[in-house]
Amino acid sequence: MITLTVDGVEIEVEEGSTVMHACEAAGKEIPRFCYHDRLSVAGNCRMCLVEMERAPKPVASCAMPAANGMVISTDTPMVKKAREGVMEFMLINHPLDCPICDQGGECDLQDQAMGYGGDRSRYLEPKRAVENKNMGPLISTIMTRCIHCTRCVRFSTEVAGVTDMGAIGRGESMEITTYLEKALASELSGNVVDLCPVGALTNRPYAFNSRPWELSHTETVDAMDAMGSAIRIDTRGNQVMRVLPRTNDDINEEWISDKTRHALDGLMRQRLDRPYLRGRNGRLAETSWAEAFKVIAAKIKKTRPGGIGAIAGDQCDSESMYALLKLMEALGSTNTDCRQDGSVIGGKGRSGYIFNSGFAGLEDTDFVLLVGTNPRHEAAVMNARLRRRWLDDGLQVARIGAEADLTYPVKELGDKVSILTEIAAGKNPVFNKMKRAKKPMIILGQGALNRPDSNAILHAASALAKETGVIAGDWNGFNVLHTAAARVAGLDMGFIPQNGGMNTQAMIKAVQNGALEVLFLLGADEIDLSSVKSKSFVIYQGSHGDAGARFADVVLPGAAWCEKDAIFVNSEGRVQHAQRASFPPGDAREDWAIIRALSDHLKASLPFDSHDALRQQMMAEHPIFAERDVLTASRFKSQGKTGKISDKPVKYAISSETGRSFYMTCPISRNSVTMAACIDAFDGNLGKAAE
Amino acid sequence: MSISSRIAENQPESFAFTAQNKKRIKEILGKYPKERKASAVMPLLDLAQRQHDNWIPMKAIEEISSMLGMAEIRVLEVATFYTMFNLRPVGRYYIQACGTTPCWLRGSDDVMRSIYDKLGIRTGETSACGKFTLLEVECLGACVNAPMVQINDDYYEDLDYISMGNLIDQMEAGELPSAGSLRGRQGSQPEPGATTLDTVIPMKTANNKAKTVSKGDADAG
Repeated sequence: MITLTVDGVEIEVEEGSTVMHACEAAGKEIPRFCYHDRLSVAGNCRMCLVEMERAPKPVASCAMPAANGMVISTDTPMVKKAREGVMEFMLINHPLDCPICDQGGECDLQDQAMGYGGDRSRYLEPKRAVENKNMGPLISTIMTRCIHCTRCVRFSTEVAGVTDMGAIGRGESMEITTYLEKALASELSGNVVDLCPVGALTNRPYAFNSRPWELSHTETVDAMDAMGSAIRIDTRGNQVMRVLPRTNDDINEEWISDKTRHALDGLMRQRLDRPYLRGRNGRLAETSWAEAFKVIAAKIKKTRPGGIGAIAGDQCDSESMYALLKLMEALGSTNTDCRQDGSVIGGKGRSGYIFNSGFAGLEDTDFVLLVGTNPRHEAAVMNARLRRRWLDDGLQVARIGAEADLTYPVKELGDKVSILTEIAAGKNPVFNKMKRAKKPMIILGQGALNRPDSNAILHAASALAKETGVIAGDWNGFNVLHTAAARVAGLDMGFIPQNGGMNTQAMIKAVQNGALEVLFLLGADEIDLSSVKSKSFVIYQGSHGDAGARFADVVLPGAAWCEKDAIFVNSEGRVQHAQRASFPPGDAREDWAIIRALSDHLKASLPFDSHDALRQQMMAEHPIFAERDVLTASRFKSQGKTGKISDKPVKYAISSETGRSFYMTCPISRNSVTMAACIDAFDGNLGKAAE
Repeated sequence: MSISSRIAENQPESFAFTAQNKKRIKEILGKYPKERKASAVMPLLDLAQRQHDNWIPMKAIEEISSMLGMAEIRVLEVATFYTMFNLRPVGRYYIQACGTTPCWLRGSDDVMRSIYDKLGIRTGETSACGKFTLLEVECLGACVNAPMVQINDDYYEDLDYISMGNLIDQMEAGELPSAGSLRGRQGSQPEPGATTLDTVIPMKTANNKAKTVSKGDADAG
């Protein structure tokens, strides 16, 4: 520990802290523009100047290491004058266009000019102007406002791993740009907007949409991927205006992916706002709730229990899945599946299907084996953590899967998963590497888990895990990376075929040959139904007129994931509560309530009348749902079955081979104009990276 | 002036170092540790500029970035930071005229006027014939012989309105006088000749033997 004095108060800080940390520990606010906790120190804005005893001039506190016996002052006339001076220089070339600037009201420069600047300008000369740059469909640039803090340059280089941004020229003609003005090809590019302390880089789809003080904030969790990132949804009236990250060091640090940030304009399009019924002419026509329920009840009354099936989608909340599962139980059906992609996972102990080490476990690991996953597309923010570990201390990563740029070097083991048997048998050097590693880790992607031979893959992976210390003592590095926000919750409550029930593929087959008479799709839109000729009665409940609704005979309008209070369980198995940010449109209702109402019509009334009662029953039956915001360890059981792994190359869950783009993985993002623009701008690049 | 206007609009389709320069690059890279080869970015940019008519096309920047394992933007950052790197075509005679205080006091305005009268160009401009480009620069470190200009690699010092004009005439004729003072001074020696250290002083060496110091050595010191 280091002891130093800040404004006459003696404080202790950790070894390696900076003077700025020490001042903050002493409760002093230090203004800054270029310094950011999660980026390297640049020390170029000079706003954080403080006075240090025996130093001839003020020192930049962000770059000055704290040392024993230092005497720092932050409230002397010298510091005040230094801040005023820096502020005055900063404003020399900064336009006074706050009234038309999107950053207005949440601008560091505005706030700090108020707090630390002078009250008038002495500058009468012409200001400089800088041409705007093209940085793609997500970032709008007004480069005259730039104060050259280089946060965006450091973020894109260090965190996002795309070295396209830089500062060219010098002195007065310095400009921030991308090489030849190409768009910033990163899944995390939107974060530079948050980092920009002024209005130089702003949110392009949100341009001139609203002022920060007009917005209501909802602190919630994300369901666009299975990470469960902490986010804040800003709404005006009932409209979602934008999504911002919140800090959660265990999950997303303080970044979110572009899909999380920008896909929510899809909430305004193709919404189901009333029930629909397929008429005699084969077209869906508007109907009433009563009529829709009547039709469903009449159909189900005629159906034997085994002739009913239910598939839950990727963004369903736990409550609606639980309600549907209970309804299916009441109707006597065991045909339930929450794995639209045909994954074999689940049913054999919780630690067999979650990201056991937690995303924070990536901080401790020293060897990572990726199996059939492209984390850059499946969990972009987690991939940034892997990159940081590589940058900081050269984390070794090996991969079974097609080559794709992950922004850090990867040892390629080919795209055939069969090599896993070889590694597990100790016949591959990777085995020894994992054995020597202190905390090795296997990350299994969905691409490896939805194949006919996935049970064999799971078996080989769990055997390898036990052999090499992936699971040893407190450490469990057997990690399954999900892409569906609803998946872990579904598996936790057992939303999988029970007692010989049908799984997703069997149900889709049965729909075609008529073996299944009624199929209930709860937000299930990711099944390829384009060539499926249905002989059954299909009920779709969900938020968007997407694949599932087109296939259905009755459409029940539900709420999107951010339009209800809901429980989500992320890839790590962390139970998180999402809050309602807006209301579903028109006649659409919260999903659990629809299922509850339907159960009355089916004479199978569910035993809960309120959301709270539902939650209580769910938590009583599955205590894991009561473990809010924490990771719960469970004993590891061997997964899968012995078998031969085929030589077929593994396909990533989100890749051009499976026809899914990072930008469009759910009904909301498929209906988002912004995401469509991203595909136009980037998928040339990203597609290439994935191939 | 915005940066984009400093970069030539018409770029060549390709750029490749000559065999001779490739050999030279090998030598340059040999000076730096392998994992620090980005250190060679400035010598390589200089080589590219010399090879390519005194300006660096974007293709050369891309070539250098792939040679050194750097991001293209990092090479461009260096190339735009230093005014010595030209990113658009310049004349065969690239005149950098010093306008900093010592040169200015000694008549750099006359020098620039002379250039303007002869060629009609001001700073940043290229003459109609395309042979001359003028750039006003800050101190080049030859204040003792102010005012001065740098033409390509050489310094021309002790200039005035007339001698600058003569210099341009000579360049137009395709010949350049040898570099240095145009008033015939030796280095920065006083014009009448040496005023100090003009006598031979015996100096004692460590083993107490007198050694004669020649006048030339004294000058060099």
